Amino acid sequence: MSGFWRGWRGKTRPYVAALVAVLLAGPVMAVQPDEVLDDPVLEGRARELSKDLRCLVCRNESIDESNADLARDLRLLVRERLVEGDSDEEAVDFIVDRYGEYVLLRPTTGGANWLLWAAGPLMLLLAGGVGYGYLRGRARAPRLAEAGLSADEQERVRRILDE
Amino acid sequence: MITELGHFALILSLMVAIVQMVVPMVGAHKRWPGWMAVAEPAANLQFLLIAFSFGALTWAFVTSDFSLLLVVENSHSAKPMLYKISGTWGNHEGSMLLWVLIVALFGAMAAWFGGNLPPGLRARVLSVQAAIGVAFLMFILFTSNPFLRLAVPPFDGQDLNPLLQDPGLAFHPPFLYLGYVGLSMAFSFAVAALIEGRVDAAWARWVRPWTLAAWIFLTIGIALGSWWAYYELGWGGFWFWDPVENASFMPWLLAAALLHSAIVVEKRESLKSWTILLAILAFGFSLIGTFIVRSGLLTSVHAFANDPERGVFILIILAVFTGGALVLYAMRAGAMEARGVFGVVSRESALVANNVILAVACFVVFIGTMWPMLAEMFFDRKLSVGAPFFNMAFTPFMVLLGLIMPIGAMLPWKRGRIGRVAWSLRYAFGLALALALLVWAMQTGRSALGPVGLFLGAWLVFGAAVDLWSRTGRGGGRLGRLTRLPRADWGKAVAHGGLGVTMFAIAGLTAWEEEDIRVAYVDQPFEVGAYTLTLDQVRRGEGPNYLTTMGHVVLERDGQFITELYPEKRDYPVARMPTTEAAIDNGFLRDVYVVIGDRQGDGGWTMRTYIKPFANWIWGGAILMAFGGALSLSDRRFRVAAGSRKSPRAAVPAE
Repeated sequence: MSGFWRGWRGKTRPYVAALVAVLLAGPVMAVQPDEVLDDPVLEGRARELSKDLRCLVCRNESIDESNADLARDLRLLVRERLVEGDSDEEAVDFIVDRYGEYVLLRPTTGGANWLLWAAGPLMLLLAGGVGYGYLRGRARAPRLAEAGLSADEQERVRRILDE
Repeated sequence: MITELGHFALILSLMVAIVQMVVPMVGAHKRWPGWMAVAEPAANLQFLLIAFSFGALTWAFVTSDFSLLLVVENSHSAKPMLYKISGTWGNHEGSMLLWVLIVALFGAMAAWFGGNLPPGLRARVLSVQAAIGVAFLMFILFTSNPFLRLAVPPFDGQDLNPLLQDPGLAFHPPFLYLGYVGLSMAFSFAVAALIEGRVDAAWARWVRPWTLAAWIFLTIGIALGSWWAYYELGWGGFWFWDPVENASFMPWLLAAALLHSAIVVEKRESLKSWTILLAILAFGFSLIGTFIVRSGLLTSVHAFANDPERGVFILIILAVFTGGALVLYAMRAGAMEARGVFGVVSRESALVANNVILAVACFVVFIGTMWPMLAEMFFDRKLSVGAPFFNMAFTPFMVLLGLIMPIGAMLPWKRGRIGRVAWSLRYAFGLALALALLVWAMQTGRSALGPVGLFLGAWLVFGAAVDLWSRTGRGGGRLGRLTRLPRADWGKAVAHGGLGVTMFAIAGLTAWEEEDIRVAYVDQPFEVGAYTLTLDQVRRGEGPNYLTTMGHVVLERDGQFITELYPEKRDYPVARMPTTEAAIDNGFLRDVYVVIGDRQGDGGWTMRTYIKPFANWIWGGAILMAFGGALSLSDRRFRVAAGSRKSPRAAVPAE
């Protein structure tokens, strides 16, 4: 097995790693018929929650997509909590308490994570500001920049034309 | 013997690349024509040597030469021939060899087609390109040598990862590398221009085709990979925001930005230093992608952790090239004066907005990809950033981009009026809105995603059509003029429309997908959406190097037979790995996607069925984007070639 790993570990194919993690876990498939809850509302909530929870032994997959046994355990756990009357948040908190923050595919906004969430909007403001400043500068730039050639360039043109 | 020759050729190519790196650069500096002229034969020779080396490795795979460690680890004598060949680059060492082959190919192409470049610029470009080759050739020879022999060859190999035994492997990595490495040309031109201290319209005219080509290849490569995942993964996902995917997506976003900013440099002599910066960053992100993929740093959950030596080596390459280029940029960028004057509302400013959005979107992907590592290093938090984050944080930028694109694409250069452009787009806007409202009324109680995606997609497609039509002028004969428009105009419209198609398809698929998970019994029909499926029988069989369990499913709609589907579960005994082979009925408006699972105790089989509306449109849109790029490229090539044909004629009388 180790030779196999050494062989493919460096390859660039983007999806394979995710695929392999899926398949490594054995021939079990993602959500199984026997897991599905009878109550479609509860099942729908469970599916939505599952999409935001990470399969801990996989590369970058939610428990909803993963075939690993651990993902199945987590899916069953989520459903169990929901059946017992937990709210969505309570069910997720229950799992985070046991498996840590790492299980959340959608990171919280708490602590330093605000930086992560605010990075896009802040950068847009910054870049937009710089871009707008540049445009204003261009709009006000002296006309002569466009007006024609510099003395140096006119000299060159004259020489070329003379030839 | 051939293996040793290949190894030798690779070492020789490193020597040639070092010569190509040093001699022309010195020559360009001292203005010695003889030294500058070394670049061209060196580029050709370097390419030929690496091509020979790559051929030797391919030969070893084709003939199943198990005295080579790499072949033992990644091949098997029973493997079909296609996968023996594509297996050459289905591993780290071989794929790196493909990478340098393409670096050398682009260098050689610059030498072949660079006849009308100023000699100094050409020498410097080829020298920088050779420097990239030197770095990666050293990386291969010192840390990832594909030509290592075994003292005692085994009887047979360990087989290629079954997931890679797919036609996708033959095409996806080469296209992706052509894209990644194609950006090295933009980088080389940028660094050469910084050294020369000169950026002008001619420079931009030279950079644009290379960037465009790289972007086309990246588009195709990413789309192929996404499609491959779609049919191979077993549940039809097409994008996972995996670090490795993001690694290919970030250069794509920046290449798209670079394409557009280079237009401003070419036509208006503005945005010069920003364009140079983008060219450096675009290739920098290619290198970051290589680092992410091959260092294992971001994927440390598993046994995937790589040889740290390799990661450090690539990090050094990344630091030297990106860091060096940025230092050069900081020293020289001030010398590049902008010349064009334009209003705040103009095509130029629309392209600036395009660049702002694409660059910030790339930044969001970047920080999301790196955040788990940053959080662990600086805040001691072990956390994940997955698809839900990217969907929320990234999508708004694409919506914004889609909203302003048709308007920006029609604004005139220098100074425009939003009102006038908006007026000419009124029908496109109204039609898109009407379509979206109609769909919104038809679908009750579902997410707004579908209608919003439809609006954006239709707005982009109709907007591109209006743009094209508006270029035909007024009066009679507009249809005739439409066919005679420059290919670049057509390319722009097709590519913009393609983006609309892809945006709509992603929204539509996400919003309207139907899924069914059940235990299916032979000869008991079941319904999914409007379709009826019947599991007819399940057979076991044998492929060339795998065992298969194949279901036979009959697909019907309203009692009408549509097709038969054969979902498979395969087991590869040598690699000891199972794979699922989904059966897909590709339709224009929807795919029916069937997967078979395990046998249940009561004789039934687990089956998953998906109705995936507009699935093919995702890749169709990407193909349109690439086709639009190719149209535009063919136009440009014509013009560049025309220029080069003229110059020798002009030179004759001077003699």
